[in-house]
Amino acid sequence: MSAHDPGRIVIVGASLAGLSAAKALRAHGFSGGLMLVGDEPHRPYDRPPLSKQVLRGDFGPDTTLPQPADLDIAVRTGTAAAGLDRDGRAVILADGERLAYDRCLVATGTRARPWPNPAEAALAGVATLRTRADAERLRQRLRERPARVVLVGGGFISFEVASVCRELDIPVTVLVRDAVPLARAIGAPLGAFMAEVARDAGVDLRLGAAIARMEADGRGRLAGLVLEDGGRIETDCLVVAIGAARNVEWLDGAGLAADRNGLRCDRFCRALRADGTAADGIFAAGDVAHWPNPHDGDALVAVEHWGNAVAQARIAARNMLAQDPAGMVPHDHLPDFWSQQFGLTIKLLGLTAGADAFAVVRGAMAERRFLAVFGKAGRTVAVASVDSARWLPAYRSAILEGAPFPPLPGGLDAPRRIETQVLEETAR
Amino acid sequence: MRVVVDLNRCQGYAQCVYAAPRHFVLHGREALVYDTAPDDADRAAIERAAQACPVRAITACADDPADDSADRAAAAGEAR
Repeated sequence: MSAHDPGRIVIVGASLAGLSAAKALRAHGFSGGLMLVGDEPHRPYDRPPLSKQVLRGDFGPDTTLPQPADLDIAVRTGTAAAGLDRDGRAVILADGERLAYDRCLVATGTRARPWPNPAEAALAGVATLRTRADAERLRQRLRERPARVVLVGGGFISFEVASVCRELDIPVTVLVRDAVPLARAIGAPLGAFMAEVARDAGVDLRLGAAIARMEADGRGRLAGLVLEDGGRIETDCLVVAIGAARNVEWLDGAGLAADRNGLRCDRFCRALRADGTAADGIFAAGDVAHWPNPHDGDALVAVEHWGNAVAQARIAARNMLAQDPAGMVPHDHLPDFWSQQFGLTIKLLGLTAGADAFAVVRGAMAERRFLAVFGKAGRTVAVASVDSARWLPAYRSAILEGAPFPPLPGGLDAPRRIETQVLEETAR
Repeated sequence: MRVVVDLNRCQGYAQCVYAAPRHFVLHGREALVYDTAPDDADRAAIERAAQACPVRAITACADDPADDSADRAAAAGEAR
């Protein structure tokens, strides 16, 4: 790639990150060949609606992302990448075809982590939710009004699906191994708050609960679950929501620093080789990337956030076009995400990992409308809102600057006293 | 058409709900639910909604017909 020959860029992963990178490449003036490869049969589509409005049936399941008509991109759907030939600068497809590249963006994302027992995972009625096809199947199943839906896992997917089930007046049980749900993402106090919200909505929430084994009928269909405490739940509809696995297997043998945490990259989104140096021409963005977070002392992190996928793809795109590292810009996006469940909108800015203190600074949990900040070693590291999104941006600079925690009270609508709650090690 | 809303940006001002009530709905106080694939015939309403958003969270564009045929081919493949 030179000033005269713009070269060819191959993006692996027909995803939000992949499409965002393509748009940014064109916006920065890239005029060379652009190719996007994805293993699913669809053009890049949006995933957040799948576990919410698509399941509920508010609108249709087609969440294809807007793609500008003048993007000038070749999209190969239904084609998985099987390997990367770094020396030959080619992506190798599952059908053996080689796609030559000058620059390559790895945006292969994650997949739903399957239930660890393959025989049980294969039972009819046991599902995961990650793709559009998954959502369409589950939506159809919910239309048939199962007698009880069971979710296993204590994360957002579990709670969002449980929320939809209750809104459709379908009985639902959520099994969470931990003592508090959602704690890894939003911290223990907010996790406990959402547990109460879910229970009020009629969710049969079982904490400290785990499946010992599944029971099938004579025709390979799930009939019930036996829990580790000996209890039994009758169900023919189980959604396994126990996290995501990063799609890095196709990079085996490419000599890159890829493992179960994702594809390691530097702050410029350059993929790293096994020896820790930047690989020539290979970049990573989105859920598959394992990157140093400048807002947390460069601690390595991999997030499954919509906002990060877009931001990281834009930075990677810009850096792919830089002639040398001096022209590159670092990825310094402040992590952000949201969830909609039980009629509430939860938003978070920053990362709660390692937070040691928590305080509600506006509104009140009892009103189910509040803003809370997280502290770590006396500094503000994250802020969460429940139905108070308009306050969130005001705290961005506090996090970026590492403002003192707890914040000083004083705003007109702030509580007179801010109660700080110390977070236990186990609650983080 | 294709629509996506950056829900990190969205602050629930609900101007899109007034501009295109059949395509944007608030679920609760500020959870925005929206039509991701509205009819091309509703383009004016969708564009009004995108323009009305005070935080510029809405992206909408017409379908590229070439891509549409690719999608139909994919759908036919799935049906088999």
